[in-house]
Amino acid sequence: MTRVGLARLQFGTMTIYHFLFVPITIGTAFLLAILETRYWRTQQSSDRKVLDFFGRLFLINFAVGVVTGILQEFQFGMNWATYSRFVGDVFGAPLAVEALAAFFLESTFIGLWIFGWDRLSPRMHTWTMWLVAIGTSLSAFWILTANSFMQEPVGYRLVHHHAEMTNFFALLGNPQLWVEFPHVELAALTTGGFFVASVSAYFLINQEEYRSWFQAPFHIGLVVAAAGSILVIVLGHEQAQHLIVAQPMKMAASEALWHTSGLHAAWSIISLFNPVTHHTWFSLPIPDMLSILAYNRLTGRVLGISALQHLYQRRYGPGYYVPPVFVTYWSFRLMIFLGFLMAALSIWGLWLSRQGTLFDHPAYLRWMSWSVIFPLVANIMGWVMTEVGRQPWIVFGLEKTANGVSPTVPIGSVATTDIGFTLLYLVMGIFELRLMLKYIRLGPEAEEAYRSPPHDGIVEPH
Amino acid sequence: MTVLSSRTRRSTIAKEGLLTTLPTLWFSLIAVLFVGYFFLEGFDYGVGMLVPWVGRTDQERRAVIATIGPVWDANEVWLITAAGALFAAFPNWYATLFSGFYLPLAVLLAALILRGVALEFRSKDERPSWRTRWDLAIVIGSAVPPIIWGLAMGNLLHGVPIDQSMDYVGHAATLLNPYAIVGALATVSLFLLHGALYLDLKAPPELSERAHRIAYRIGPWTTLFYFLFVFLSYFYAHFAHKLGLDPGPIPVLAGTSMIAVRFLLPGRHRAWAFFALGLTIILSTISVFLALYPRVMISTLNPRWSLTIWNASSNPYSLRVMTIVAVTVLPIVLAYQAWTYWIFRQRVSFQDTWHY
Repeated sequence: MTRVGLARLQFGTMTIYHFLFVPITIGTAFLLAILETRYWRTQQSSDRKVLDFFGRLFLINFAVGVVTGILQEFQFGMNWATYSRFVGDVFGAPLAVEALAAFFLESTFIGLWIFGWDRLSPRMHTWTMWLVAIGTSLSAFWILTANSFMQEPVGYRLVHHHAEMTNFFALLGNPQLWVEFPHVELAALTTGGFFVASVSAYFLINQEEYRSWFQAPFHIGLVVAAAGSILVIVLGHEQAQHLIVAQPMKMAASEALWHTSGLHAAWSIISLFNPVTHHTWFSLPIPDMLSILAYNRLTGRVLGISALQHLYQRRYGPGYYVPPVFVTYWSFRLMIFLGFLMAALSIWGLWLSRQGTLFDHPAYLRWMSWSVIFPLVANIMGWVMTEVGRQPWIVFGLEKTANGVSPTVPIGSVATTDIGFTLLYLVMGIFELRLMLKYIRLGPEAEEAYRSPPHDGIVEPH
Repeated sequence: MTVLSSRTRRSTIAKEGLLTTLPTLWFSLIAVLFVGYFFLEGFDYGVGMLVPWVGRTDQERRAVIATIGPVWDANEVWLITAAGALFAAFPNWYATLFSGFYLPLAVLLAALILRGVALEFRSKDERPSWRTRWDLAIVIGSAVPPIIWGLAMGNLLHGVPIDQSMDYVGHAATLLNPYAIVGALATVSLFLLHGALYLDLKAPPELSERAHRIAYRIGPWTTLFYFLFVFLSYFYAHFAHKLGLDPGPIPVLAGTSMIAVRFLLPGRHRAWAFFALGLTIILSTISVFLALYPRVMISTLNPRWSLTIWNASSNPYSLRVMTIVAVTVLPIVLAYQAWTYWIFRQRVSFQDTWHY
């Protein structure tokens, strides 16, 4: 593998891993804030215990999200020095603002939330969780401002092979940002909703004694998940319409559309193709759907990969401008299928509980108790699609990924950190998952189990 | 005509003034962020390193961790912000430093990851083996960062091989020179002592006594390594030729307050020892930045290849935007962080409910 390959492998692995924890943190923070606001109204001790229970799960998750986030801030300089020099002027700013305006907020107030139960007034304590939720969302906003620049560079000019920021507000008004951020933010809320609903569903079916405790969180989670997943689909559609204008190659790759379509472009539900020979063996189309997706009309031509390759070569010089089609196509499909599945699941749940027949459908609840996996996978797929689909560019139209790496870092060092961090993340992931499952199993009255150990017998290390 | 030309001249002067002051301003802001990081996270690391020595039983260890529990995460954000600000204001500095100090930084990041997870996970299981293992992770995760920063400091002051296109061309081993190693020892012992003094203020009375005794034992070593590093700077640091016997008020004050700690330590005013050492950390960090200024990374190959605040910085527009953001947001951050310390100002007690 080349240095570029190893650096990309590292960035991909670390970012995907980090992004498993981020949406669930953002979404669950809002749900915790809602649950706490509710608790101070009802003043029920059971509500407090449920809140503490979700708080424990949240914190296990938060810790991994935070520590994997530190790496992100350093990675650009370590592995992508040339890229950093090239765009630091523009790209660094939102990252710095993120740290200043969002990280401080969330990490300070999470400390206050954890330790402040006896030191803050109820109103103030509830505010700390709202501020954590706002902080995590702000953080998503700023990081996506930076990412949007990579997708669609605006507000800069090129001076001596180096991008200089000319308009900060252009970065903030980047059209890409305003289709990407709402989509991601709502996906995060949906993830939080499914997380709370699925853990609650586990208690609704498996632990009868807690059934009344978890009904409210289940409903709140479900409402958030339903509203979120519907809006995610709507906003995803908006994003596709922007994509066709801003990055038509990504759109073509995510459709495996080798040649420019006819006036009525069909959307394939599944398609089997050879990405090397550009040959499609089998495809299951929905007529006109791609035209609708792209233009909100029944008719509309969508440019194909070969036409775009030709166009890009004329615009950007010789080179191969086609992203990995297989990954782009299937990540897009999987995201869409899961998105619709989540919308259906949550609406069905709302329907059942409106009818009052929720408990007559244990199969549904059992499905729901595993449902948190769907948004997690869908989030990753969306991220993979948008990042892989941008290739070969690191900044669309300005710099290629292959030209962004650190020129003097030895390949051995990159390989070492690849292996080291992957192992570290793997071990950490195993511990995280085991703790998570353990604390779910222990249930809402388990706090004593870890707060005061039965005996105090730790032996001296020396 | 004359009016016009004088106006254009005034605006060019203003622009040039901006060109020289903005990078300097951002250089100072980066220094402020590192000062915040070393001052706040320094004792935090010290406490982490001391967990198994001040805390003998599990309850005691939890009490020790509880002293930094509510604040360690926010303290660490100072580093993340410093890295982000470096990226935004000095992309070339960020790129050269992080790609040049590649392996040490990777070790630093691994340590920070380990430490964060360990603090969160250690009390989530009752098994003693689980807890002692995570305690070890806390110790390692807290000891490694000061070592790395000490090494980095030594190398930054000495200069590193940087080529014409601003890229680091040394090996990882280049960074392990005696001067940098003494820097690492000085940093570790400074933070260890600061941690002990912090525990002296915040831990339950029984433990604070123990922490005080440890501080008393570490004290001489800290002083020794600190002044050894200062002494070696006269030979190894790149600015050595500029140094007279009088390096200026800030380094002198830093040294003075280091000596003051020796006298405050045995006395009754223990809080003063903590703040005096804090002052040493703050002023020493400023001294390092002052010694570099206006360079940010010194090339040992050719002085003209050094990175300076001018050739490493972003364009004035970008810096101006960032200045507005920083000047608005940083005071708010300082206010709520100070408020957090105020909320948790009381000494930790065994009667508290602990969350770690």
